[in-house]
Amino acid sequence: MWLNLTPSRRLLSLRWSLIQYRNITLENTTRKAAVDKVLSAFRTICGKDNVSLGEAIREQHGKDESVHRCRPPDVVVFPRCVEEVSALAKVCHDHNLPIIPFGTGTGLEGGVGAVKGGVCFSLRNMDQILDLHPEDFDVTVEPGVTRKALNAYLRDTGLWFPVDPGADASLCGMAATSASGTNAVRYGTMRENVMNLEVVLSNGTVIHTAGKGRRPRKTSAGYNLTNLFVGSEGTLGIITKTTLRLYGVPEAMVSAVCSFPSVQAAVDSTVQILQTGVPIARIEFLDDVMIDACNKFSSLSYPVTPTLFLEFHGSERSLEEQVSTAEEITQSNEGSDFQWARDAETRNRLWKARHDAWYAAQALRPGCKAYSTDVCVPLSQLPQIIVETKKDLLESRLTGPIAGHVGDGNFHCLMVVDPNDPDELHQVHLFTERLARRALAMDGTCTGEHGVGLGKRALLCEEVGPLAIQVMQGLKDSLDPRNLMNPGKILQRGEL
Amino acid sequence: MSGRVLVGVKRVIDYAVKIRVKPDNTGVVTDGVKHSMNPFCEIAVEEAVKLKEKKLVKEVVAVSCGPQQSQETIRTALAMGADRGIHVEVSGNDYETLGPLQVSKIMAALAKKEDAQIIILGKQAIDDDCNQTGQMTAALLDWPQGTFASEVTLDGDKIKVVREIDGGLETIKINTPAVLTADLRLNTPRYATLPNIMKAKKKKIANVKPADLGVNLTSKLEVLRVEDPPQRQAGMKVETVEDLVGKLKESGKV
Repeated sequence: MWLNLTPSRRLLSLRWSLIQYRNITLENTTRKAAVDKVLSAFRTICGKDNVSLGEAIREQHGKDESVHRCRPPDVVVFPRCVEEVSALAKVCHDHNLPIIPFGTGTGLEGGVGAVKGGVCFSLRNMDQILDLHPEDFDVTVEPGVTRKALNAYLRDTGLWFPVDPGADASLCGMAATSASGTNAVRYGTMRENVMNLEVVLSNGTVIHTAGKGRRPRKTSAGYNLTNLFVGSEGTLGIITKTTLRLYGVPEAMVSAVCSFPSVQAAVDSTVQILQTGVPIARIEFLDDVMIDACNKFSSLSYPVTPTLFLEFHGSERSLEEQVSTAEEITQSNEGSDFQWARDAETRNRLWKARHDAWYAAQALRPGCKAYSTDVCVPLSQLPQIIVETKKDLLESRLTGPIAGHVGDGNFHCLMVVDPNDPDELHQVHLFTERLARRALAMDGTCTGEHGVGLGKRALLCEEVGPLAIQVMQGLKDSLDPRNLMNPGKILQRGEL
Repeated sequence: MSGRVLVGVKRVIDYAVKIRVKPDNTGVVTDGVKHSMNPFCEIAVEEAVKLKEKKLVKEVVAVSCGPQQSQETIRTALAMGADRGIHVEVSGNDYETLGPLQVSKIMAALAKKEDAQIIILGKQAIDDDCNQTGQMTAALLDWPQGTFASEVTLDGDKIKVVREIDGGLETIKINTPAVLTADLRLNTPRYATLPNIMKAKKKKIANVKPADLGVNLTSKLEVLRVEDPPQRQAGMKVETVEDLVGKLKESGKV
């Protein structure tokens, strides 16, 4: 493109690039000098063992499980309590240093990359489960607590926290990305299940979004600050505590698998099951490519057609009713007979295909990495978007088995791509954009669960429109005027 | 045959807790620390409840030896499906020195008193890792034992046990009454659900003292000192192979 410019324009463009380069280098040097100045302050606040400049540590904290390359911070700090987080944030604020909160590093959109360097706040030392109230169905946890650790802690109480993204993620991190899981269709996502947050703002101020220690099941008091921070991906503040809504462990569970002759039949069954009011707990869709991969990987022999994996929760009697209603519906849509299971071991075997989907996809092309797309559309649009997407995959010659939470209209293409092939990476990138735009055209969203992070900022603008983006930018400017909180994520500033 | 199963459950520090040694090195910190049922005892309870659900046994009785708080552990067993509980009260110094020998004497006495057909215990507790109570109980009662069980099948008045041993799996057939100890792969314990926890509150827990069972709790062991494992030392980087060989020779390892 540069060669298409006239010589004088080329010169201007070159000068502009050089100025930009010089500005970035200047920025880097200024920032590095600032970091040196603050190191002793950091060490005083959280102890010198909890401040790390080591290259390996910084690299660990500059990447997550996405395909975005590592962008290491300048220094990693490991605060042990909210007072230390606040003090460290004040120091960063005074020296204009970017702050990047880090939970478990299991994000899928490059949210922890330190694109402008700065200080990574690794919150893993804050790992206490506080204030469990079993009769009120709530618990408060610190950022170092993961969802599996919480459920292990709760196992004697008859309660659990059902939101289950693939990774064993930090619960506060899940709040920051508004995570969701396979049973959102019954239990909701983080948006519905976070009751209160303790947040440290960019200047060190500590706030409680619903008031300190408060945990009423519902409220209409003031602006909904809690849900402002849920999904803010570290760009508005550091979440240091989250109060979560708990649920009773289901008395009994039944899992079932059903094959269909077409995507339409499978999705129609889903819509009808939901319409009859069956409180289905999980309803997962795997396309024929995915099933084939699972058969090969786990030595199973499911028929290679679109398949639904279903799970029902409830008392013994209600399960009978739920299963029989669902089976009637699937059979009327030419679904196969249910393969179903009651006890834990058989259920796990039945669902093994779904659980191993990620690995099965990668095993299709050994040596390749998998990248998961993540769009969500209204249920009625699901058959059309899946059919169009499969056509696109064929035409672009890409490997992309599909697995999805059809109960929410959300599905993932697990793009298997050779990380050393820039052409292929580019093709996948273009495919993902086409997919997102396809979803937007159907009244959907460019990200159902994974967040905006680094890669979907432009799509966010298309999704909500410039006026809403202005409002978001206004909120960001008001809470973080110096743009120190995880810069370069969610909102673009017209630069990188 | 009574069709009664006795299951021993021990209250231990929760497996997810970071253990800290007391500053005076007499033991580990237990105050304010989360406790729960020993994971192998959970597997034992699950197996007993499964046998009852298959109608192979008639009653599951959960037993725990310890202070007042052991009742919580028994309640968890009741919520998993045990029918009633027996709390053997042991507290204070007796509790500090309580070990497999005393517990096995208690279990043996209870087995006779309750006319138990099968005793199921966890293979070991995660706090002391003794792996002795099941074996000692069987010896005191002169009953056969199926330890490290990864599969249990009742066959008339005999039990087929598949045991996990160093060389692989060993299958044995033993007569009842018998003692079994549960290994990790025997089953996956169920979670206690809220309705079952509520039902468990109504189930009975009997209080018994060791003296009532004719058991002497005196211990023949004395704990001298408890220490942290040694801190891991930092490694050393060397520049050349010669340096490496030199360092190995220096340390006497070569």
